[in-house]
Amino acid sequence: MALLKSYLTPDFLIERNKDRCIQCRVCVQQCANEVHYYDDEDGEVYSDEMKCVNCQRCVTLCPTRALVIRSSPNELRKNANWTPEVIRSIYIQAETGGVLLTGMGNDRPYPVYWDHMLLNASQVTNPSIDPLREPMECKTFLGRKPASLVFENGRLKEKIPPQLELDIPVMFSAMSFGSISLNAIKSLARAARQEGTYFNTGEGGLHKELYPYGENCIVQVASGRFGVHSEYLEAGSAVEIKIGQGAKPGIGGHLPGEKVGKEISETRMIPEGTDALSPAPHHDIYSIEDLRQLIFSLKEATGYQKPVGVKIAAVHNVAAIASGIARAGADYIAIDGYRGGTGAAPLRIRDNVGIPVEFALAAVDTRLRNEGIRNEVSLVVAGSIRSSSDVVKAVALGADAVYIASAALLALGCHMCQKCYTGKCNWGIATQDPHLTKRLNPDLGAQRAANLLRGWKHEIQEMLGGMGINALESLRGNRLMLRGIGLTEKELEILGIKAAGE
Amino acid sequence: MKKVYAREEYCTGCGLCQVHCITAHSPYKDNIVKAYKKTFPRPLPRVIVEEQRPVSFALQCRHCEDAPCVKACITGAMQRDPATGVVNNDESRCVGCWTCILVCPHGAVARDERGKKAASKCDMCSGIHEVPACVAGCPNGALEYRGEREKEA
Ligand code: SF4
Ligand code: SF4
Repeated sequence: MALLKSYLTPDFLIERNKDRCIQCRVCVQQCANEVHYYDDEDGEVYSDEMKCVNCQRCVTLCPTRALVIRSSPNELRKNANWTPEVIRSIYIQAETGGVLLTGMGNDRPYPVYWDHMLLNASQVTNPSIDPLREPMECKTFLGRKPASLVFENGRLKEKIPPQLELDIPVMFSAMSFGSISLNAIKSLARAARQEGTYFNTGEGGLHKELYPYGENCIVQVASGRFGVHSEYLEAGSAVEIKIGQGAKPGIGGHLPGEKVGKEISETRMIPEGTDALSPAPHHDIYSIEDLRQLIFSLKEATGYQKPVGVKIAAVHNVAAIASGIARAGADYIAIDGYRGGTGAAPLRIRDNVGIPVEFALAAVDTRLRNEGIRNEVSLVVAGSIRSSSDVVKAVALGADAVYIASAALLALGCHMCQKCYTGKCNWGIATQDPHLTKRLNPDLGAQRAANLLRGWKHEIQEMLGGMGINALESLRGNRLMLRGIGLTEKELEILGIKAAGE
Repeated sequence: MKKVYAREEYCTGCGLCQVHCITAHSPYKDNIVKAYKKTFPRPLPRVIVEEQRPVSFALQCRHCEDAPCVKACITGAMQRDPATGVVNNDESRCVGCWTCILVCPHGAVARDERGKKAASKCDMCSGIHEVPACVAGCPNGALEYRGEREKEA
């Protein structure tokens, strides 16, 4: 068979300003994709644009700002239907015959509903509060709350079920050791400890060096059951059963064998070099009753001392599913929307399956309230929470807290090149290559991630103050604080909010 | 005394320490482009990045207490500043006999044969910057400027 000639052209154009380039070769050293190379004969650095993924590592480290990377100016004839991405995908598949893979979250231009909601601020009556002068409570607790408080001899009669205490309603979402580097997890673990919140192991187990951070850790039990053993369950502050993930609902996970080195093999409890396949379904869960069994097995295993949560992807019918999960005894439900990130997902699934988390959250919160069981379960939303205002809007819509992952990785240096699945993350985040993982110094990573949380906390306090609310808990599910803009009647109805001006 | 310590586990081998070292020892201390393009001969980097992937680290003079180079120097060019403890080479006195290079157990002295022959080595940026340029310019905290007993962060 003849070799196929590639019809692909470079995505990006690399401009090297010759007046500024000093031939220091930092770019050569830093590009794991081997785009830049030094030509001994000419004594000059050149670039092979074909391999560039636009991760901007070279741009950021170039000491003289000699590099600019732009989208390639080469354009096919304009076509609103056959867009360049569509055409490219066809070329790739015509060459490979494979499933298109991608990393990070859905980047299609679907509406972002957070941006179609505006927050209220108090004026004249019910005056705003100055968070610099008055205490502003950002604490929240995840877990089942009693339906009513019954006192006996001045003491609370019912025993409060185990709770997670959060100093800020933002946690680091599940990212496994394997999908991201140990240094990345260390950065998040330390930041979580520093700011009084939690990180989540994902389905990769808990590396032995992270056991000291167990108090700030949510351990996940996914379909692959990787790294799950009694000390692991004991080590975390909560256990999370992962059913689905927003980036790829209905799809399992796959960590290729090349990435399963010694450390990952020990942590996941699988032989070195073998593929870590987590199937799409849990093979012991086919009904809510089965889920209930697993929830209670895990509660039993942890002596009813830790909340057990369930994470699902936001899909059609999510409200009914969540109601079932609440009734199955979960202490919190994490709902992950279709913009959630991932290390690797089939492109078409990532971009076309699921629903916006804003709708899912509103629908779930409404349903649980209508059924009178909202107090029995906490709600955590995930899937592209980008800023403190997204957090505040989520809380007003009904969330107890949010999970962030993409934002956390951005804080660590991720430049959203969407090539996590190649294992060549130039920022040392989504890679296990020892030459690359060194690039993320956890001392600096922890500082950056903690700074992000602190910045958001200040902003959350400002926004609360502006609304005249002095505690986050008072905002929860207070949809009167939201107004929709540019939304249809139906969308407003699902979100349960009024239109701006109403 | 404070010294520069390499944390090889975070050295990315980018070589920016060398770029900043060269710049600091050129006449254009704040302008990398000019330091490289207008300085002839350009100073040698006084920090050496050793790399055999995935291992890499930046090596420079240890400013040994009992510095062999100082003892061996035939002209007295290599001197320890009694106040700061920094071992420095007075290039005007250096005759390029390379004895210091022979005796340095760390391989931290280099031959600069491009101008007046002289040994080139780390001077801790004394009189140039408060914090050595390599430490300030490392993008990943892989170089630390600290006292011997201060624990690594
Ligand atoms: S890092 Fe910048 S200055 Fe150095 S060789 Fe590359 S482009 Fe040139
Ligand atoms: S892949 Fe990243 S480091 Fe390499 S040339 Fe492109 S932007 Fe620079």
